[in-house]
Amino acid sequence: MRSLLAVLAFAVPAPVAAGESLAQLFDAIAKHPPQEAAFTEKKFIALLDKPVESSGVLIYTPPDRMEKRTLEPRRESLILDRTTVVTERAGKRRALALADYPEMESIFAGLRDTLRGDLGALTRRYSAGLQGDMGQWRLTLRPLPGASGEKVERIELAGSQWHVRRVEVVLGSGERSVMEITPLAGEARDPR
Amino acid sequence: MSARRAAIAVWLAGLALCALQLARTTFVADLSVFLPSAPTAPQRFLVEQLREGAFSRLMLVGIEGSDAATRARVSLAMGAALSRDPRFASVTNGTAGSGRRGEALVFEHRYALSPAVTPGRFSVDGLRASIGESIERLASPAGLALKDLLARDPTGETLAVIDALQNEEGPKRTEGVWSSADSRRAILLARPHAPASDLDGQSDAMGAIRDAFTAASASLSRDARPRLLLTGPGVFAVESRAMIVHDVERLAAASAIVVAILLLVAYRSPLALLLGLVPVVSGAVAGVAAVSLAFGSVHGVTLGFGTTLIGEAVDYAIYYFVQSGEAPQDWRARSWPTVRLGVLTSIAGFAALLFAGLPGLAQLGVYSIAGLAVAAAVTRFVLPSLVPAQLALRDLSAWGTTLGLIAKRLGGARWALAIVAALCIGVLFAHRATLWDTDIASLNPVPAEDRRIDVELRDALGASDARLVIAASGPDAQAALQAAERIDASLDREVAAGRLAGYESPALFLPSEATQRARLASLPPAAELRSRLAEALRGAPLRAERLEPFVQDVEKARTGPLLTAADVGDSALGSALDGMLLRTASGWTAVIGVRPLAGHALDSRALAAAVGAAGVRDAMLIDVKGEVNRLYAGYFGRALVASALGVAAIVALLAVALRSVRALARVMASLAAAVLLAAAWHAGTGTALTLLHLVGLLLVVAIGSNYALFFERLRETRAESPRTLASLALANATAIASFGILALSAIPVLHAIGLTVAIGTAAALVFAAMLSS
Repeated sequence: MRSLLAVLAFAVPAPVAAGESLAQLFDAIAKHPPQEAAFTEKKFIALLDKPVESSGVLIYTPPDRMEKRTLEPRRESLILDRTTVVTERAGKRRALALADYPEMESIFAGLRDTLRGDLGALTRRYSAGLQGDMGQWRLTLRPLPGASGEKVERIELAGSQWHVRRVEVVLGSGERSVMEITPLAGEARDPR
Repeated sequence: MSARRAAIAVWLAGLALCALQLARTTFVADLSVFLPSAPTAPQRFLVEQLREGAFSRLMLVGIEGSDAATRARVSLAMGAALSRDPRFASVTNGTAGSGRRGEALVFEHRYALSPAVTPGRFSVDGLRASIGESIERLASPAGLALKDLLARDPTGETLAVIDALQNEEGPKRTEGVWSSADSRRAILLARPHAPASDLDGQSDAMGAIRDAFTAASASLSRDARPRLLLTGPGVFAVESRAMIVHDVERLAAASAIVVAILLLVAYRSPLALLLGLVPVVSGAVAGVAAVSLAFGSVHGVTLGFGTTLIGEAVDYAIYYFVQSGEAPQDWRARSWPTVRLGVLTSIAGFAALLFAGLPGLAQLGVYSIAGLAVAAAVTRFVLPSLVPAQLALRDLSAWGTTLGLIAKRLGGARWALAIVAALCIGVLFAHRATLWDTDIASLNPVPAEDRRIDVELRDALGASDARLVIAASGPDAQAALQAAERIDASLDREVAAGRLAGYESPALFLPSEATQRARLASLPPAAELRSRLAEALRGAPLRAERLEPFVQDVEKARTGPLLTAADVGDSALGSALDGMLLRTASGWTAVIGVRPLAGHALDSRALAAAVGAAGVRDAMLIDVKGEVNRLYAGYFGRALVASALGVAAIVALLAVALRSVRALARVMASLAAAVLLAAAWHAGTGTALTLLHLVGLLLVVAIGSNYALFFERLRETRAESPRTLASLALANATAIASFGILALSAIPVLHAIGLTVAIGTAAALVFAAMLSS
């Protein structure tokens, strides 16, 4: 499946039309900022024979705050903003400088800029490739050479319309995390 | 004639010896000499901390003005530049790198550092549980960041250590760097290697911080450039020193010039002026040499105080020149006994300073006693030989006659003295509640604004919560660490019971060798560990053979060396440990800081019980604020007692010398009234009296006693002595001039003495005149 995706990603050229649809997609996402969403995540780690599964809630607060609240197997939360990571586990809060964790920063920036519909910011860090149409799209982000977080091989986002349904992060080691996202009630609200 | 030659030879030899001593004297300006030599163990600990402690060497750097992004960029650039600077043990601003430094060391020594390492942890069940936990942690939101640890640290010891070391959220971050709670200031914390008492080292470090700021903000336009704030005990000490040195130089020069002009006008003879300085300079040189011999170094404030010696020592030469007139031989017989008694009185007064319990005051005492004794002796034994026979001085008899008339008038108004004294007592009584200022901060020359900024920066960093600390001592570092570990175990129970948020102990950064050995002894040999892993991981998603890096690391730790203070050394752990494990005069002390639950005050009684339960001998729970208050109140009381004893010694001395109750009463009455007036002046103008005002009052007694004794002699001999009156007026004028100039100093210590003495000596002369006729 991975190699298939890679072939698809490489197979798609970047014609003018694609640039236009990228702008169109980001415009749609920007106009419909997501609210809360449920997620289930599978992490495929080389050392382990089977994926590690977890589930919880994602909360995005525009323009640049994101909370990932894991409910299963254990309540934990991770709050990211432009510069800081705050973790909460077993009642203990800890704040860390995001810049100390380049791959986390890099992944977060990719998601944040996409959810904000900020193509300019996104393409300073990643090259972005789009396949499909608005009904069924797949966005592939590859870190630009020299960008921080070289451990990230690529980020694949998939969705329909302005909804992001799936986020896959692939690391250089081949390890990856796949997150399926279901918008929670209220997501259909139109901010206009 | 040969006796004169001998006197000059002794004087010159003495000067030469003093010069030798001065050549090897160091001059300091560290205000902690005005801290008491503390009586109790907790207080000794505190004072030691203030002088050498890590807390004292911290420098707080604030960046304000401009905008948040600019402040953050400047903070980042400064942090990067200063982290490379060998003068600093650490520079942190909450940004990239600063939080992760030391992680490599923690990872390397995780089995010696982790409190979770026990034999049970490495049993089959223990391994199954801890590895299961680590796999589960991968499911956490930050899981991907942890996966790299799994192969080498599947039991999660690195995280266990980090959890124990830093369970605080830390200061607020704005634009990725530490900031004040309102985000208006970016904040850095710098810890130079130089202790707070090494002012040159601290000054050097301050220069490095300023240079880094200049470099970081150089590219900004003038309007966009933020401002640098720099505070901390060491910074204040350096700035105080600069202020003291500046004031001492300026005031000494001004004082010398004014006194010289006064004397030139009076004598109309430059030669007499120069000769008059001989006793003063000899006294000053002897005073500094005596302090240097007794204390090993001389404080800047003592030197500043030296200008005041001009005020009194110059009097002796004035008495000699003005009073001797045409018959110098007679002076020795007529006036010297009075001057000698005045000197002895002054010495009795200053001796009180020796027992006040403050090294700084003791220096002033030694300086004054040695200086005055030498100045008087030089006036008596050396000066007459130096004065040429044909030295023509202006005859001040005419002035003296006028002064005599004024003195008579004053004598008629002696009832006024009673009224003034009564008024002064009334003023003092009205202000009795606020009469004394026992806060050591009032001696601090640092402007209140700077101190306020310091408090704000400290609050932002959460560095001001150290109200209660626990100190555990031992003959060596290992003993102190073991004591700390016993207390830590007791505190762990408090944390578990929800009575305490946490604590910071040196044993977390550097466990005692005994504890490290016990932990490493829990690690099974490689073959054994492999077989246990195989059993523990049966059915788990992680296969035992993939954990070979873990087995290798455990084997390396098991057979490798222990973690030593040298390993911790310059790392981030070392700089944290720096203030927590201290070498003291009698051994080593471990300092444990405790954190209250959010929104709760620390329950000192419960904490004391917890410390007591640890069963560590000599463990102290120190209530920093309470102890500091007790300390100040204690030394102030002691200085008052010492002053009272000094006054008693003066009374006894005068009683013996004057042999008359009435004469003693007259002398003491004028001195008491002068002291009351000087004290009431301060109280009436809203200045609470500090320790240094007390010193000033002692000086009033010392100088004023000369005036009173001369008037007493005049009264006794019933002689018209215009020359004596003129000499007293001139001596008083020089005292008021030199102390008045001291009162202009911005340094509270010098200002207090100057103003008190200028007012007091003027009053002493007038009151003595009132009571004489």
